[in-house]
Amino acid sequence: MNDLPHILSLITFTPLIGALLLLLFKSFARADDKAIVEKNAPVVALVTSLFTLALSILALVEFQPSDPSFQLVEEISWFAGFNYRMGVDGISILLVVLTTFLMPLCFIASMGAIKTRITEYMIAFLVLETLMIGVFCALDIMLFYIFFEAGLIPMYLIIGVWGGANRVYAAFKFFLYTLLGSVLMLIAVITMILVAGTSDIVTLLAYDFAPELQTWLWLAFFASFAVKMPMWPVHTWLPDAHVQAPTAGSVVLAGVLLKMGGYGFIRFSLPMFPLASQYFAPLIFTLSVIAIIYTSLVAFRQTDMKKLIAYSSVAHMGFVTMGLFAMNLAGLQGAMFQMLSHGIISGALFLIVGVIYDRMHTREIAEYGGLVQRMPIYAAIFMLFTMANVGLPATSGFIGEILTLVGAFQANTWVAFGAATGVILSAVYALNLYREVVYGELTNPKLVAITDVTRREIVMFTPLVVATLVFGIFPTLITDITGPSVEALLERIEAGLALAAPVGGPIG
Amino acid sequence: MADLIVNLTALAPEIILVAAALTFLLVGAFGGRKASGPVVLACVVVLFIAAGVVLTFSSEAKSLFDGALVIDTLSSFGKVSALIAAAFSLLLAHHYLKIEGRLTSEFGILVLFAALGMMIMVSANDLLSMYIGIEMQSLALYVLAASNRDSLRSSESGLKYFVLGALSSGLLLYGASLIYGFTGSLRFDAIAEVAAQSPSVGLVVGVVFLLCGLAFKISAAPFHMWTPDVYEGAPTPVTTFFSLAPKIAAIVLIARVLFGPFSQMVVDWQQVVIAISVLSMCIGYLGAIMQTNIKRLMAYSSIANMGYALIAMATGTEVGLSGLLFYMGLYLISTLGIFACILAMRRAEGMVEQIDDLAGLSRSKPALALALTALLFSVAGIPPLAGFFGKYFVFLAAVDANLTWLAVLGAVASVVGAFVYLRLIKIIWFDQPGAEFVPMSKVQAGLAGGSALLLLPGAIWLLPALSSWAQIAASSLFING
Repeated sequence: MNDLPHILSLITFTPLIGALLLLLFKSFARADDKAIVEKNAPVVALVTSLFTLALSILALVEFQPSDPSFQLVEEISWFAGFNYRMGVDGISILLVVLTTFLMPLCFIASMGAIKTRITEYMIAFLVLETLMIGVFCALDIMLFYIFFEAGLIPMYLIIGVWGGANRVYAAFKFFLYTLLGSVLMLIAVITMILVAGTSDIVTLLAYDFAPELQTWLWLAFFASFAVKMPMWPVHTWLPDAHVQAPTAGSVVLAGVLLKMGGYGFIRFSLPMFPLASQYFAPLIFTLSVIAIIYTSLVAFRQTDMKKLIAYSSVAHMGFVTMGLFAMNLAGLQGAMFQMLSHGIISGALFLIVGVIYDRMHTREIAEYGGLVQRMPIYAAIFMLFTMANVGLPATSGFIGEILTLVGAFQANTWVAFGAATGVILSAVYALNLYREVVYGELTNPKLVAITDVTRREIVMFTPLVVATLVFGIFPTLITDITGPSVEALLERIEAGLALAAPVGGPIG
Repeated sequence: MADLIVNLTALAPEIILVAAALTFLLVGAFGGRKASGPVVLACVVVLFIAAGVVLTFSSEAKSLFDGALVIDTLSSFGKVSALIAAAFSLLLAHHYLKIEGRLTSEFGILVLFAALGMMIMVSANDLLSMYIGIEMQSLALYVLAASNRDSLRSSESGLKYFVLGALSSGLLLYGASLIYGFTGSLRFDAIAEVAAQSPSVGLVVGVVFLLCGLAFKISAAPFHMWTPDVYEGAPTPVTTFFSLAPKIAAIVLIARVLFGPFSQMVVDWQQVVIAISVLSMCIGYLGAIMQTNIKRLMAYSSIANMGYALIAMATGTEVGLSGLLFYMGLYLISTLGIFACILAMRRAEGMVEQIDDLAGLSRSKPALALALTALLFSVAGIPPLAGFFGKYFVFLAAVDANLTWLAVLGAVASVVGAFVYLRLIKIIWFDQPGAEFVPMSKVQAGLAGGSALLLLPGAIWLLPALSSWAQIAASSLFING
């Protein structure tokens, strides 16, 4: 049945092997070879990530979208109930591919932009890639937790070592904020393992936890995923982390790390605690709508481009949580689509900021203006992703927003009304940013000598442009893969809700 | 006579230590300064041999000398870990003392005596042998703390340790006398029979006093006051030794006392252990935030670590005990590695102890920085490092024993702890390098690198082995249900 044994492990650990190779090169290079190692490290990292991408595409080809169960499963038992279990379904496989797709772009973006400790930088990113893929592939809840949590280590170092002026503060805030959320989840995971007697996700998905226990477990998982997502009001670590992180760090943060929160909700909270999810759905709706409207307004007032995009990420993640907790087909499909599409679009936007930051070393919007006169190709790319961010039809951003809105409308009209307001606001801040930076007079004399995108940068943007358009025009490419798994998930939620209904109606 | 021989053969590791210590004392006395280097190294070898003998001959549970001592899987767990910890600290001390020019054979011999005391502690099966074991190790430790006679701080630390140690011995003895008075026996199994019926108030008070005296030995709050000063003042290898071997011996002893004679009184002592545990975690980590001296910081860190160990202790279950031993095993490995790194903090002009001296270590000494970072993330309990699994089993035991709130508290406290260790990692990775350290010795490099490697890739093999050993050791107190 499985022609590619251990393909998921291979995808997960290939980057780690690349990192170890780099570490070996660095450790054993003679003093005069150190410079060569530094020079070639990005190439090694890029090749490793491309190889990983190829492997993940192989896995995608092997994957049977019509089958909603977990596929490509691997299992090795370790000790004391710990197991190494890997497997993917329609929900996780695309997130794996998103990760492997974005990583090579990160390495291309880092070439030239990173000037100190290049080898260590590449090692940190490769380790991070392994951990991110592991999160999506893990079929054991402890294994998931280990990958989920371990990602903090490389990200802390990336922000702290290669970040901007206020990097130490941002690194600490990022680490401690997310850790506090996660440790509560750890206690919940332990409780689940003790109650259900297994850490196997497949078994846990079919296990019906007692309604009251569900509430507590849901809250603990919520603490972790809401911070990771991030949802308003626990989003405050994100702008700091984004602004201080190097460009590639921001891409990974927005593109993949934020998706772990959404993935956590869809993999654990919804199917394992359906009653609690239903009970808390109004809370999530409220927070999502506040996030969409409030952070859109905040984004509008930002003077730092990265911060603006960071706040817009919070708003877009609001659509995801809203879609997830609408708990219907359109909402869930939309949330999945929005996660993937946002991964591509926000990644691209951070790369766009990175391009001019590398040239001018500032992200202040006021420093720019009239870039279209000097950088026409850049302006065109920027235009496309601004439109995608706004959610213009024919871009992938549109599909995610419309599906989540439809889902929310079915669940609660007012929620959809609030979120739709946010769509308008997103146009306000995104178009304003574009106008300020690209149009207008070339007032800043330093901009006169600015050059248009290089060939390396075009290579970097091409896949993103193609993906945004293709998924915007042919959304079924994604929804066909996620569909069967999402439908199975909905059946599971309904079964979980029905179970409690005869006893005394839904809780609360 | 045959009985005596059986008893004595079962004590072979202890006898080896005594014989070696007495012989080396003579060798040291006659050989003078020249002999001190070889004697200290020979002490290391003897400690390893004793550990090996314990491992080889720990087949079945035995009660010796009319039940004064007991040999079981728990005692061999305690003995082996304490002996190995002592051996490695002595190995680190050898190099340190040689450079400082203070290498004396007495140093090694004192460690042997302390180790002997610990072996009696973990085997103790009545109040008297317990006290003898504790005093034997403590007296040796007081002298070790003050072993740098020319340093005011070292002498102060020895004196402080001695005075407070005497106080804690007083508490302990008072508790022991109450227990004797209300049960009529010194032997743990006889006490257990009386305690199982209906514990009188006097007995409960006795147990609490006993517990307070023992809490002092593991430097759990609120009996921790001596720890930062003693850790800071004592020579660094002695601090290493303090933070490893006595801790494991005392923890095993507490476990044996609480889970043995007083196992039926869980409700009575559980709240005391919980209080000590919560205080230790909070005071340990909050205190550590303020520290600038790395030895003081490690002192507070060890206080907090004891708090976590006591979470597992408070459960009073077999799962809890095996989680406790597992936690202690990982604590030993990571602490040993961290101290090996601290001992490598030496510039041309001598040892440095400020955490700011680590600035930019990732550039000046990348390998050392990597090992230290891994060790710190491990004690912070961040996966995938092994330290995470230690915390996991502690929390698992707590949730299993319906102490979920305590697990949540411990988890939240670990975030504060993470800040403490992240601050060190920040200095190592983010700050600009200062003056470089002199190259580290092979022993330091081996121990720092070895323990770091054991905690990350090695964990794949280490954790299952340690976990099954901890389970076997824990089961020995639960044979009768």
